Amino acid sequence: MEITVRVNGVPQTRDVEPRLLLTHFLRDELRLTGTHWGCDTTNCGACVVRLDGVPVKSCTVLAVMADGASVDTVEGLAHGAELDPVQEGFVTCHGLQCGFCTPGMLMTTRALLDRDPDPSPATIREAISGQICRCTGYENIVRSVRWAAERTQAEQQSEVAP
Amino acid sequence: MQVPAQFAYAKAGSVDEAIALLRRHGPDALVVAGGHSLIPMMKLRLAEPTALIDINGLSELTGVAVQGDEVRLGAMVRHGEVLDSPVVREHFPILADAERLIADPIVRNRGTVGGSLCQADPSEDLSAAFSALRASVVIRSADGERVVPVREFHHGPYETAVAHGELLLEVRVPIRAATGSAYQKIERRAGDWAVASAGAVVTLDGDTVVDVGIGLTAVGAPHFVAPEAEDALRGGPATDDAFAAAARVAAEHCSPSADQRGPVDYKRHLVGELVTRTLQRATARARGEA
Ligand SMILES: Cc1cc2nc3c(=O)[nH]c(=O)nc-3n(C[C@H](O)[C@H](O)[C@H](O)COP(=O)(O)OP(=O)(O)OC[C@H]3O[C@@H](n4cnc5c(N)ncnc54)[C@H](O)[C@@H]3O)c2cc1C
Ligand code: FES
Ligand code: FES
Repeated sequence: MEITVRVNGVPQTRDVEPRLLLTHFLRDELRLTGTHWGCDTTNCGACVVRLDGVPVKSCTVLAVMADGASVDTVEGLAHGAELDPVQEGFVTCHGLQCGFCTPGMLMTTRALLDRDPDPSPATIREAISGQICRCTGYENIVRSVRWAAERTQAEQQSEVAP
Repeated sequence: MQVPAQFAYAKAGSVDEAIALLRRHGPDALVVAGGHSLIPMMKLRLAEPTALIDINGLSELTGVAVQGDEVRLGAMVRHGEVLDSPVVREHFPILADAERLIADPIVRNRGTVGGSLCQADPSEDLSAAFSALRASVVIRSADGERVVPVREFHHGPYETAVAHGELLLEVRVPIRAATGSAYQKIERRAGDWAVASAGAVVTLDGDTVVDVGIGLTAVGAPHFVAPEAEDALRGGPATDDAFAAAARVAAEHCSPSADQRGPVDYKRHLVGELVTRTLQRATARARGEA
């Protein structure tokens, strides 16, 4: 059936089988391979994208269920050459090693900061508790998100100051 | 790569249309809510519906609201919305306790109240919590609506009172004065299904337990409840000794199975501990102490 999904702001129309999963729609139909595909069992979170702003595990959403909706993937995080603060945070604080979990981690923590601009380390841990990282031990991921929160607040303060 | 079998798909624009679509697509058509139980089962080919009727986006099925002396939760309310709801926190801390322990925050963004009840997994947490609360559900078919107590809703593992061509619309939970509630779960790791869970709802008159609801999950308790333990406690004193005695009754009467989450005697032991702790917590909350 024909569906139109607004992916990173661009409407994408494709003819798909109802059984096509959103992960594969993004990766195979649109060649947006930033969204990773890990466990296939809703456990690892490598496939997290935002569906109408809400982080979801795209291996457990049908592409047809996203018809008419907006989907944001890791490819849409940066603004041109300018990285999103969470991306900068992960770079600065070594929030990744192999990078397999990273797209999902970035999408979840971006959504967290949109909701709560100053989350505690415990809140960050809770937010990423449905996502598995086999490399970092999570410590540096939590630091990366704190870095992004502090950087964003510092920038906002300097904008307010004369 | 796990790929579901072929199926037809239709998005319903209203509850009535969803019911009509279910009938039109025949006995093997299913509704899909959050899809977080159904899609994994389809990927494993444990479920092969011929058609999926999508009920996401039906505003008739959303919202948590007080209506008279009840709280009404729409079938499409997501787990995360239950957890964040001030109405739930005020009246039913048992639901907030349970939601905090269901899966993980991303799964909770998608999975729904109605889907959880209709899936009727023997390890599902909300069934135990709603049974303890003596909630009821509203089911609609082409012939009209009926109200079914949650304690009569489950007909066995993965089987419920919802027949083909019917839709669960909402859950209604009675608000009671002088009442506290709590839920606890033992899991192998954060976000996993329960090894065992218990929920308790305690209504006090002074130091007397005038009414009590005890829900259990993952331990083979019929209808997710422990009626013998409730009877043992009702009308008696709200003391730790009475709670421990009722908890022993609950542990005796449930029938857990041995599996990779543990042997039978361990699960019975957990039931005893969890029932005691949730009764204590619920009582403290009824007294406004916690
Ligand atoms: C990784 C993971 C961990 C989980 N851990 C837990 C846990 O610890 N505890 C727990 O309780 N649950 C857990 N769950 C299950 C989760 O809560 C599911 O979201 C829930 O069981 C099903 O809700 P859903 O909206 O996704 O239902 P769906 O998958 O959409 O539907 C489930 C079934 O119910 C039917 N159905 C759905 N809505 C209706 C309706 N309104 N009327 C009639 N029929 C309907 C469908 O046809 C289907 O048969 C977990 C799930 C995952 C993926
Ligand atoms: S691939 Fe989706 S959760 Fe692992
Ligand atoms: S960086 Fe390798 S899995 Fe997280």
